Amino acid sequence: MITLRIDDIPVQAEPDQTILDAAKAAGIRIPTLCHLPGLSPVGACRLCLVEIRNWNGKLVPACATPVQEGLDVVANSDRLRELRRTILELLFAERNHICAFCVANGHCELQDLAAELGMDHVRFPYRFPPLPLDASHPKFGIDHNRCILCGRCVRACSEVEGAMTWGFAGRGIFTLIEADLGDPWGDAKTCTGCGKCVQACPTGALFEKGRATGEQEKRPAIVAALTERRPRAQG
Amino acid sequence: MKEIKVPVTRIEGHGLITLRLDRGGKVAAAKFHVTEARGFERFCQGRTVWEMPGITARICGICPVSHLLCSAKAGDAILAVRPPRPAEVLRRLMNLGQFIQSHALSFFHLSSPDLLLGWDADPKGRNVFGLAQAHPQLALDGIRLRAFGQEIIAALGEKRVHPAWAVPGGVRQPLSPEARDRLAAKVPEARRIAQDALALYEARLPEWGEEIETFGNFPSLFMALVASDGTWEHHAGRIRFVDADRRVVADGLDPARYPEYIGEAVEGWSYLKFPYFQDAGYPEGLYRVGPLSRLNCCDRMGTPLADEALARFRAQADGKAVTSSFHYHYARLIETLAAVEQVARLLEDPEVLSPRVRAEAGINELEGVGVHEAPRGTLFHHYWVDEHGVIQRVNLIVSTGHNNLAMNRTVAQIAARYLTGRKVSDGLLNRLEGGIRAYDPCLSCSVHAVGRMPLRVVLVGPTGEVLDERTRDA
Ligand code: SF4
Ligand code: FES
Repeated sequence: MITLRIDDIPVQAEPDQTILDAAKAAGIRIPTLCHLPGLSPVGACRLCLVEIRNWNGKLVPACATPVQEGLDVVANSDRLRELRRTILELLFAERNHICAFCVANGHCELQDLAAELGMDHVRFPYRFPPLPLDASHPKFGIDHNRCILCGRCVRACSEVEGAMTWGFAGRGIFTLIEADLGDPWGDAKTCTGCGKCVQACPTGALFEKGRATGEQEKRPAIVAALTERRPRAQG
Repeated sequence: MKEIKVPVTRIEGHGLITLRLDRGGKVAAAKFHVTEARGFERFCQGRTVWEMPGITARICGICPVSHLLCSAKAGDAILAVRPPRPAEVLRRLMNLGQFIQSHALSFFHLSSPDLLLGWDADPKGRNVFGLAQAHPQLALDGIRLRAFGQEIIAALGEKRVHPAWAVPGGVRQPLSPEARDRLAAKVPEARRIAQDALALYEARLPEWGEEIETFGNFPSLFMALVASDGTWEHHAGRIRFVDADRRVVADGLDPARYPEYIGEAVEGWSYLKFPYFQDAGYPEGLYRVGPLSRLNCCDRMGTPLADEALARFRAQADGKAVTSSFHYHYARLIETLAAVEQVARLLEDPEVLSPRVRAEAGINELEGVGVHEAPRGTLFHHYWVDEHGVIQRVNLIVSTGHNNLAMNRTVAQIAARYLTGRKVSDGLLNRLEGGIRAYDPCLSCSVHAVGRMPLRVVLVGPTGEVLDERTRDA
């Protein structure tokens, strides 16, 4: 057992847990976006940043940082709130998120976080990139306008389904989620049509065809439910 | 160059009126321009057909319901499905709710200050507040009737939770028995209000002879949807054109084939397109849409009280078409009564509570047209999609667009009668506003823009010099 402090509360944790796990167990809320229980942590979005007092105030992603004896963690402060809000604003400014008629309106983690963190406006100029929507798959569609590159779909596809259809293509702001070697999703030979990526996706980027505005509810918890039921590989 | 600019208040959105005088000081040309456009059609490209009801419902904050329903119908066509009958019943109910709330807004809040307080009244008191002082019961009634219409919409759409209730193939949610009972309990009051307003209007009609003569009184064609037996229609049916003698010049036209009979002319000075009836050519093919037109086109309203009113309305023109746009107000009140009567009927329909409200299907057609009567007139949504249902092209014809030519004529007629000298007087300004307002135009959506735009009146002399310009804020 390891003992650490989060927001001045003493917390106990197992050595293989992350700061996020420990905070959760102690009932302390840390916002997350790219993290999804059941998938390996990647620390991509940085929304879960916390401050370590006894590391000179260093910022680390709670989802990807293991607990350590004696850590003094700040999970909620004005500085952190400002940083998290800024990250959200950058996400909104980067692509075309128009909640008003999005299929996931009302069921979107990005939208919920904006409300939770009080993001009432975006201080950065919107980029309005012209991005495609691929509706070639018989059951699903991907709208790159709404993708935040969290990679949950990529991990769900490789770690849970084992199909490895999804991957990242390009660099920086030009990165796109891509099926197989950049084929239209409908032509991707590796896709099993299981739909786990759609359920894992926190926004309306991946959706079931036929859904109208606000109709796309997501069930990201199925990912954890599936992985928990699996026998662990013997190490 | 001298100009006179006058803003038109109390219409939704703004435009610009220019009046050009000849050497004799008479009005040589009058134009009603809309001054800004942001291409909504372009914006829809690349979206899926299932999102279109939600997207187009945001075209305009004034009539989201009309676009929602029309877009869902275009979606039905692309899915090649017929929504189950209960879905049609509920879509009709919602559209009637929209008629009631929109017509109540137009008459009680926007138009009755002019009608009941007078055209030359001080603009400061010639508004809904002045009305509330002079006619408290009427003002209150207006609020209650509008609320009834809004309640119908809310009971179905739960707008806060589901921004797009109507979807390709049907609707998303059935009507609950509690909501049905709640609405049914309010029908008698709504009917009473609609009857009272109509009676008040009819009693005052003789006072408005001059306005009836000049507010867009000219022969023209009229277009509307009518049911297969000629009854007033708002959600299905076929297109009919009648002329000023109320002779049917075209009937049973398939709405989906509108490009075969409606032409769309473009003029350099306005962003609105100018639709016209092709057989008659441009601009002779001028036609009007909306309440006046629907009443001129139909054979009967189909409900008892509204049919009695229709007979009185027809008597205004000895059974021929009622050709003064001033009577849009009259027609709007009759339609309001008809809508209340039809709501009462639909709430009793055995299928109104049925849960069978949606047909599911994939993309079966690459092109689809939705047509529908909105409170302001016939609305067309025309979509082209690829085989995955992604929008390639969109054409919308909205009611203010259909009425574009007629509004221009109306402005010219009013200016010719009320312009004296080289100034835009209060009386002229008020009547120009009133003349346009008779059409209850919604300018922001008719140029498919998201925002609002300013409207001014500019008086220009024979050599183009600006003589006067009036602007008044909404
Ligand atoms: S498609 Fe969804 S899950 Fe995949 S990276 Fe984009 S936002 Fe994340
Ligand atoms: S949730 Fe930790 S970095 Fe995204």
